Amino acid sequence: MVVPLSDDTLALPGDALREGVVSALREALGAQLLDSLIKPNDDVWVRVSAEAWQQAGRVLRDTVGCDYFCFLSGLDWLPSPFGKGEDDPTAPAPERSTEIVPKIEPGYAGGSTRFQVFARVTNLAKHFGVTIKADVPDDSFAVDSWVSVYAGANWHERECHEMFGIGFAGHPDLRNMYLPTDFEGHPLRKDFPLLARMVKPWPGIADVEPLPGGDDDGEGEA
Amino acid sequence: MTDIADRQKLSYIAAQAADARLNVELETEGMTLNIGPQHPATHGTLRIIVRLDGEQVIWAEPSAGYMHRGYEKLTEVRTFPQVTALVNRIDWLGSFANEVPFILAAEKLMEIEAPPRAQHIRTILFELSRIANVSLFLGDLGVQLGAVTPVFMAFRDREHVLNLIESVTGGRFHPNFDRIGGLKDDLPAGFITECKQVMKKLRNFCDEMEDLLFGNEIFQSRLRGIGVIPAEVAKQYGLSGANLRASGVDWDLRRDQSLPLAYDKVEWKVWTHPDGDSFARCWIRLQETREATKIVDQLLDTMPAGPVMAKVPRIIKVPEGEAWVSTENPLGEMGYYVVSKGDLGPFRVKIRSASFNNVSIVPWVLRGVYVPDVISILASLYFILGDIDR
Repeated sequence: MVVPLSDDTLALPGDALREGVVSALREALGAQLLDSLIKPNDDVWVRVSAEAWQQAGRVLRDTVGCDYFCFLSGLDWLPSPFGKGEDDPTAPAPERSTEIVPKIEPGYAGGSTRFQVFARVTNLAKHFGVTIKADVPDDSFAVDSWVSVYAGANWHERECHEMFGIGFAGHPDLRNMYLPTDFEGHPLRKDFPLLARMVKPWPGIADVEPLPGGDDDGEGEA
Repeated sequence: MTDIADRQKLSYIAAQAADARLNVELETEGMTLNIGPQHPATHGTLRIIVRLDGEQVIWAEPSAGYMHRGYEKLTEVRTFPQVTALVNRIDWLGSFANEVPFILAAEKLMEIEAPPRAQHIRTILFELSRIANVSLFLGDLGVQLGAVTPVFMAFRDREHVLNLIESVTGGRFHPNFDRIGGLKDDLPAGFITECKQVMKKLRNFCDEMEDLLFGNEIFQSRLRGIGVIPAEVAKQYGLSGANLRASGVDWDLRRDQSLPLAYDKVEWKVWTHPDGDSFARCWIRLQETREATKIVDQLLDTMPAGPVMAKVPRIIKVPEGEAWVSTENPLGEMGYYVVSKGDLGPFRVKIRSASFNNVSIVPWVLRGVYVPDVISILASLYFILGDIDR
């Protein structure tokens, strides 16, 4: 039985409304809601466990009223092992090592695994959106599919599957969307090398040479 | 709420059942027809595989990916200011509009805001890209339905808008003009007078189109009641822009969220249509072009003075954090989810483009329609290939 949020909770403006969303999710999911973050006057992030991913989608759709599906995608929190020549223009391009550094620094609302799936849904009547994340278990690389909750998730999950190698249990058809069927690897994973940069490294400092006589840029740089 | 995924599965089963039935009753088999990837009626390289039972489509599947350029990966090895040159190429008919949400997301993370004059000019250029984009749609729509004249008119009048964009930015298609903290340059001398004249021409163009196309009986009979998308389905698939408003959903990101753009300073109307058919989608776009000219006119009248660039460091480092900003682009909701780790470049950028969602409804909406309607429905959904594949 789905009980929609009372109009009073959602009639509140701004951050009070976002708190209402979080408490509605906590009520429905209990301990499965792992973390949440409300940035004042900005946005709300929630993180649920992988088991509750699909259920959280249903709660968002039916209870919180976010019936507009915006997007779904994946995040790889592994720092890129290939470095980025343009990180510090005053330093030479770093040695490119292929050794994977297993240090994961998750973003908003935390996380404990390398991969996360995240999605955004919007409540068109009350004008707010929710970004929801879930940790993808490191052993199975799979979460439940959202296709039965939001039909539009179909293509987004196909894209996420080929780009990150994350599986979606219950998806009707996880064919590749962009890549050839026999493509090996998952391009958006951080340990997938960008071939163009391997062949010809970024020139680095040549690109951001200071302007002649320009010494007025000292103050802005902290 | 109906479970659309199940219905999708059912439609596939129905397609196979229809095949079997045909074999038994008529000793014929259904036909698979490839539309594209190279076909005059598909705006690029979208391939659609349709399974036909006589004249009726029983199953359709778009096959994207002929133009995938991997922008999400490429942004990870670029600095923030460099990314605008990439995202320009996503929706190439309204390029400037692609830059704005990314720059706004970076500004949100840096907690800076462009000066009022820059916000005004941004909004003007944003609406000019909308006019350039949608006026071409109106012309192209005629071609897809067999009317040749509108496209010449569209190209004629779009040229004026492109000249305006070129006079400001130096680029006709890929301005790359938006900067973190403001704009590269101020408006050129004489822009305001010129722009007002062009807006008048564009309003005449809209009137012409209304007479020529929308009042035409053949046009109406080709589009009315065809390809109906109910509001519930549209929301579940994440349709946006005119496609969503044509289904009666009153939702426009220019009005319904607060962004540092100048939309709250002007009077304009968000049009919706209750029908949800192909005609409604086209009609909404026509009205939006008119509204856009009105927005531009009012913004030109209220242009504030001042600088066009805030004080930003020469080397831009964006503080650690995550931000989501989306705007109402010509094709619909275009957004960027930017994750920064405090470096010169983004850690991850998720590009949410409008056409990707708008086209994902094609298998649903094409089921059961007749072959000639396939083209008109695709035309009315209006997608840009670069916006699907990114």
